[in-house]
Amino acid sequence: MTDSHRDTERLLAGLLGPSGPELTCEQCFELLDVYVEHELAGENADRRVPGMREHLRGCPACAEEHESLRDLLRQLA
Amino acid sequence: MSGSAGSVPAVQRTVAPAAVHRDADARAWLGALRSTGAEREAAAARLHALLLSAARFELVRRRAMLDGTGRETVDDLAVQSADDALSAILVKLDDYRFESRFTTWAYKFAILEAAVRARRRAWQERELPVEPEAWAMFPAPTLDPAEDLELREQLKVILDAVRTELSPHQREVLGALVLADVPIDVLAERLSTTRGALYKTLHDARRKLRAAVGTES
Repeated sequence: MTDSHRDTERLLAGLLGPSGPELTCEQCFELLDVYVEHELAGENADRRVPGMREHLRGCPACAEEHESLRDLLRQLA
Repeated sequence: MSGSAGSVPAVQRTVAPAAVHRDADARAWLGALRSTGAEREAAAARLHALLLSAARFELVRRRAMLDGTGRETVDDLAVQSADDALSAILVKLDDYRFESRFTTWAYKFAILEAAVRARRRAWQERELPVEPEAWAMFPAPTLDPAEDLELREQLKVILDAVRTELSPHQREVLGALVLADVPIDVLAERLSTTRGALYKTLHDARRKLRAAVGTES
């Protein structure tokens, strides 16, 4: 697979977005702490917060903040 | 007591102490932050220190984005982020629902504030792409004509749908966010709107494009 193919696939994913039901940015922020704690506890975070995973696939800013909160808590653990 | 009833406390012995400790800690924070005088000041100062460390953590992660920004300026961004996060938290104490640790709930405010500041700082002297320029960057011609036939077909359908199905505003938002990688907070600031409103526009545009390629359920 060429770099161009991979770039185009990534671009297509950005243009089309996640196809499943997803949270809004506001709902994502509201539930981010709950989701991350479930993830770090090894629990089923996607069942606890349906639509979060799809939103994080579709929203780069929320995805960055999710990774930051998760990594901060890991560092503090 | 029956055998089945006796199995319940075994689970509670594992789970309950952590939750009880978490709730007690949260109540202590809430009590102190809702009090007055020296107790409140001390709690706010302690929380501000935690928020400052979270903001610094976030800004270190974004250091590539802040390349060329002086250390003092980055530290100012961290302090501003902690200040605004603390203000937001004090207004929203009633929104905390004991579903996570209080500090986890609080940290997300500092991370948000610092992340938004970093993105805006990185783009402060950059022009937003004008919509037709963003779409001109579409890289379809670089694909291998034989190997990538399916991708080329899909791109063609999407580009047609962008032209025929999307509103000018949807084209502008999609082009900036997806083609030109403009951070959503930066675009929101330039267009005098919110991240949530922009994401709704993006979501609706994507749904139209998925319908065009036949992947929308």
